[in-house]
Amino acid sequence: MRLSRLSRTTLGLVTGLILLVVYVPLFVVLVNSFSTSTSLTWPPPGLTLEWWGRAFRSAGALEAVGTSVQVAIVSTIISLVLGTLISLALQRFEFFGREAISLLIILPIALPGIITGIALNNFFRTIMGVPLSIWTVVIAHATFCIVTVFNNVIARLRRLGTNLEEASADLGAGVWTTFRLVTFPQLRSALLAGGLLAFALSFDEIIVTTFTAGSGVTTLPIFILNNMFRPSQAPIVAVIAVVLVLVSIIPIYIAQRLSGSEQQRR
Amino acid sequence: MTHATVPRPRDSAARKGSVFLSTHPRARLALLLSAPLFWLGLVYIVALVLLLVTAFWTVDSFTGKISQTWTLDNILTVVTGSLYQTVTLRTLGVALLVTLIDVALALPIAFFMAKVATPRMQRILVIAVLTPLWASYLVKAYAWRSVLSQDGILEWLVAPIGGHTPGYGLPATIITLAYLWLPYVILPIYAGLERVPDSLLEASGDLGGKTWSTLRLVVFPLALPAIIAGTIFSFSLSLGDYITVNIVGGANQMLGNLVYTNVGAANNLPLASAIALIPIVIIFGYLFLVRRTGALDNL
Repeated sequence: MRLSRLSRTTLGLVTGLILLVVYVPLFVVLVNSFSTSTSLTWPPPGLTLEWWGRAFRSAGALEAVGTSVQVAIVSTIISLVLGTLISLALQRFEFFGREAISLLIILPIALPGIITGIALNNFFRTIMGVPLSIWTVVIAHATFCIVTVFNNVIARLRRLGTNLEEASADLGAGVWTTFRLVTFPQLRSALLAGGLLAFALSFDEIIVTTFTAGSGVTTLPIFILNNMFRPSQAPIVAVIAVVLVLVSIIPIYIAQRLSGSEQQRR
Repeated sequence: MTHATVPRPRDSAARKGSVFLSTHPRARLALLLSAPLFWLGLVYIVALVLLLVTAFWTVDSFTGKISQTWTLDNILTVVTGSLYQTVTLRTLGVALLVTLIDVALALPIAFFMAKVATPRMQRILVIAVLTPLWASYLVKAYAWRSVLSQDGILEWLVAPIGGHTPGYGLPATIITLAYLWLPYVILPIYAGLERVPDSLLEASGDLGGKTWSTLRLVVFPLALPAIIAGTIFSFSLSLGDYITVNIVGGANQMLGNLVYTNVGAANNLPLASAIALIPIVIIFGYLFLVRRTGALDNL
């Protein structure tokens, strides 16, 4: 199949156009963060730096960022451990119920967040009698983050095969030594990619968080939702959004470098 | 000639454990599986099953406490109530439309990224698609609220040519949801198309296949599992959403809103559970339908 010049150009134009539409709302947020209008007037009546100054001095916003980072780090660590264990089990072994387990792992993201949310809310409060806190949020987040780690690690394991591990065992290394010196180093970049995704997923989650957060726990998305409709706070929300997009370029860049260096090795 | 002798490993507990594990693969498997299955089983499956059970309980209207008397009332209310039927149909319609729009938009982009763009361009495009994913979900919904508002940028753009913004309502909800889930649909389709070897496309061309027939008979069947994987995201995420519809949907309600109100303000968890069964049944039906296509391996 050879695509004609015309169809290549058309495809390129369509791609460009869709991406343009994708970025317009983000651009509007960027402009709104400098707008003197607190409602959503376009074009902005005037420009100001007031919201940027206020956002960086807003104790609520900074505290919310801290809470979100804590939740995301702990749930990423849990999901890294659990995700690696389960992908080793599913990739290296044949056993009854394997299909069921792989369905079980994707279920927390395949089912709508509101279902995971009320199921856990009901479980913690009514059944276990545990008050909601930051830990209930961590447990909930870790549960749906397992899948991102799992996907990355199992894809890597499939590609690696077992030759090197067998060689290591033949040379006398035990199970632990083989994992530490042979398997783990080859998984490292997959773990980093999966971990980054898990972190991002947890950092941005709002629905499950709403149902599992204790009354004093304000993650960044909860802070944004609480302040979005307050006219005096809305531009600060826009500032936070712009900062988030800018900061997010770092992990995307790392992930790209990782997959790029791998393609060269192949 | 002297023989180098390999020293015998020390007979430590770790060594014993290692020997035991390498001669007992089942024990190795059990060790690997125990922690994740304990977590997913206890936290997730038990919680889901109990949600199901709660749908058959009632709330004492005086104390507001859940009483564990078995009843089919909640299920009957949900199945026969006209409110629930209307909202279910509306939610399903929104989810289907969002999914269709996303697939229609994602196919050309993913194809361009995977098969037309140069490697350098490809990397830039992946970043361009991924970056909006990292902007907060809420901020993007809010951005559309400002784009679609009566004095927003859309009105400003189309008013000179006689157009109007759709304002807040179901169309705004569909646009915003399609926007939110688009990267989730592009990425699996792109990954799926990248796995289609170029040699197959060339073979099809050499055998006389025109562009369109190659796309239809070679590319599409090979990419189908990835496309379905993408639709699982957009469909399921739309089905349970209640925040976007609050932000841009005007007074419209989706299933998620009914669940949310019954958990919070109305404090009727059993009824909320019964309503939540609707999307659960729909999603399971969908997963069951597509499980043979291999879509689940593409998530």
